[in-house]
Amino acid sequence: MNKHSSSMATPFWRDKRVIPFLLQAIFAILVLLIGAFFFLNALDSMKQIGLSFGYDFLSKMASFDIGDKLIEFSSTDTYGKAFVVGILNTLRVAFIGIILATILGFIVGVARLSNNWLARSVATVYVEIFRNTPLLVQIFIWFYAVFLSFPTIEKSLNALGLFFFSNRGTVIPWFEFTSSSFIWLISLFIGLILSVIIWKVKLSQQVETGKKKYPLFWSIGSVISLLIIAFFVTFETPLLFSIPEISGRGFVGGYTIGPGFCALLVALVMYTASYIAEIVRGGILAVSKGQVEAAKALGLKSSTILRLIILPQAIRVIIPPLTSQYLNLIKNSSLAAAVAYPEVFGVGITILSQTGKSVEVISIVILVYLSMSLLTSLLMNIFNKYSQLVER
Amino acid sequence: MDKHTLQTNKPQKPSHHRTIEWLKKNLFSSWFNTILTFVFATTITVIVIGSVKWIFLTANWHVISANFRLLIVGQYPVAELWRVWICLTLVSFLIGLSWGLWKGTMGHLTIAVTSLYVIVACLPFVLMETRIWLLINIVVIVATYAVGKNWPKLKKSTLVGWFLMFPVIIFLLNGFGVFNHVGSNLWGGFLLTLLIAIVAIVCSFPIGLLLALGRRSKLPIVRWFSIGYIELIRGVPLITILFVAQLMLPLFLGNGIDIDNVVRAMVGFTLFTAAYLAENIRGGLQSIPRGQFEAAEALGLNATIKMTFIILPQALRAVIPAMVGSFIGIFKDTSLVAIVGLTDLLGMGKNIISNPEFLGTQMEVFIFVALVFLIFCNLMAYASRRIERSLGVGKR
Repeated sequence: MNKHSSSMATPFWRDKRVIPFLLQAIFAILVLLIGAFFFLNALDSMKQIGLSFGYDFLSKMASFDIGDKLIEFSSTDTYGKAFVVGILNTLRVAFIGIILATILGFIVGVARLSNNWLARSVATVYVEIFRNTPLLVQIFIWFYAVFLSFPTIEKSLNALGLFFFSNRGTVIPWFEFTSSSFIWLISLFIGLILSVIIWKVKLSQQVETGKKKYPLFWSIGSVISLLIIAFFVTFETPLLFSIPEISGRGFVGGYTIGPGFCALLVALVMYTASYIAEIVRGGILAVSKGQVEAAKALGLKSSTILRLIILPQAIRVIIPPLTSQYLNLIKNSSLAAAVAYPEVFGVGITILSQTGKSVEVISIVILVYLSMSLLTSLLMNIFNKYSQLVER
Repeated sequence: MDKHTLQTNKPQKPSHHRTIEWLKKNLFSSWFNTILTFVFATTITVIVIGSVKWIFLTANWHVISANFRLLIVGQYPVAELWRVWICLTLVSFLIGLSWGLWKGTMGHLTIAVTSLYVIVACLPFVLMETRIWLLINIVVIVATYAVGKNWPKLKKSTLVGWFLMFPVIIFLLNGFGVFNHVGSNLWGGFLLTLLIAIVAIVCSFPIGLLLALGRRSKLPIVRWFSIGYIELIRGVPLITILFVAQLMLPLFLGNGIDIDNVVRAMVGFTLFTAAYLAENIRGGLQSIPRGQFEAAEALGLNATIKMTFIILPQALRAVIPAMVGSFIGIFKDTSLVAIVGLTDLLGMGKNIISNPEFLGTQMEVFIFVALVFLIFCNLMAYASRRIERSLGVGKR
């Protein structure tokens, strides 16, 4: 009887409908069990140290000061505001770093394919050295052996009397806004819009009539004439140049950049540029040879070929890996903790050591990085859509 | 013009003529190139003269020679150093054997390793003992090469040897009751860098494999778990994961289990590497044509056999270069443990420059650290390129 029924119906452990359900149930239970084990342990250990879980510490007073900051912050402000300062600092180094690394990376990438042997070899050596040493070692070299080894402020090195290098930071000339800056800005903006319109109109006239209409000349002229108008309205220069000077034991004027930021930025740019250079090189090599030959046959200059034929096509191959390099740069900026530049991770560690709220602080830091990564890939995906090949 | 091109194609020409033509073509082909050449030439000359002056006159290399042992093996007790040497000899044994068996890329790598031994042995400041051990290592490599060349049947046992080597080395270094116990808090320097990298690579491989399979699984819970894990880990910086491992692992594990700093860092690295490895392997799995799956199913193979014997061998082979790339990244990233207070190669360097006796030697120490990483990363990159070529990946 028993034997008979088992041969008729498939046993449940071989049933195609039951197996997936069972496997998933087992998996989910396992994951939940491990999670619960971790969670209970964490609660238990926190109770033993006398800590409770909660984010209410964010509104408490942070009793530390932050050296490098973009917004006002003093030791009487809250921990929440300290995090904001940290996030802004991360964004600052990431933003400037991405722009500079892209420029340097494109230059090196093009140089790697140059027909000048010297440029080619220098670019290759650069890429090999900077790709194959750890970023942290590079940051340490820039921080300890370069930016902290500069002389004191009184004896600081200067270049052209404009840039000063001291162990307390680098000082560069900076602008100061005046009351007339706004008028200048508006007239510059109007001039730019006007120039684009005039350029387009003149270009289409040139294409239609076949006569030279000098579109470039006209558009530049329109910008300049509006700037002249602005000058006669305000009788002032748009920005005041503030050139740094040494006075006593500090600098007056200019803009001071701390050694931590300098070291981090230089290292991030040099390191990421070496990766971007390889991506750019790969992208250029992916453009088919016929395109270049056709452009040469049309008599275009080699700089024009690069700008109008090769790069627009190479961009399509370049953007996806470039995005991941940007993401890496943002994530790598967290190494600032080693050179005392207060970005979000460094600030988080300071708060953590003051409050002991390790789970909460780390969760905030992770959330910040995840959202920044998400935002960057979103922006790059939009840009990617525009640069893709439009086919019939 | 035509005549000119014809002339360049002629095979026999005086050598100085060829040099001039090469210069013309590669350095002075246009006015822009000529300017570029002069600018680069001046810059390079300035940089090279400056560096040479610094290396031979200004730099104080005493800091490296005085701390060489610290930089390489850290605080490992001097009386027990023979265990480290035995480990190295074991590695040399397997390297030599593999050279004899597989030749090709392995030969190039072996020659690089051997020359590294020779260079270290020739350094003026190393101890006589070090030289003797290095000499033994070189002899072992040569001897096992001869063995491997004459007994090609040893291939399987050599592979098993590579897998067994890892636990044997950990056993030797730690002692585990047989020898004097040397806790992992005493492991340091380049030894620690290597150990963390190897542990991360070896332990993360099975986890990464499971995650990659999980991400392609038809079971939604498993798939979403894998996707969540991979994307979470890949979205945050390594340093946060190291901090989680350092600060929160003890919290999570409770009081019963106590693990030290080094193991915590290794756990952090393993969890991190697994996510990246999973993505590499997933790439390989996606590159396998559908027909392979269907053919395996048509033969009546079950899911496990289909994966182990049909799909994975092909998928893994296709992603070897990408995986080596990840491994180079991990090897470089091990330097991050210096931030969480371990004394790996970089952490040791940082400790040394804070010693008042070696004030002002930051450049020397960090350049040495960078050089060590540069050599090993370049070796790995070279091997990866060779393997890529011999596998013919990307050429089909």
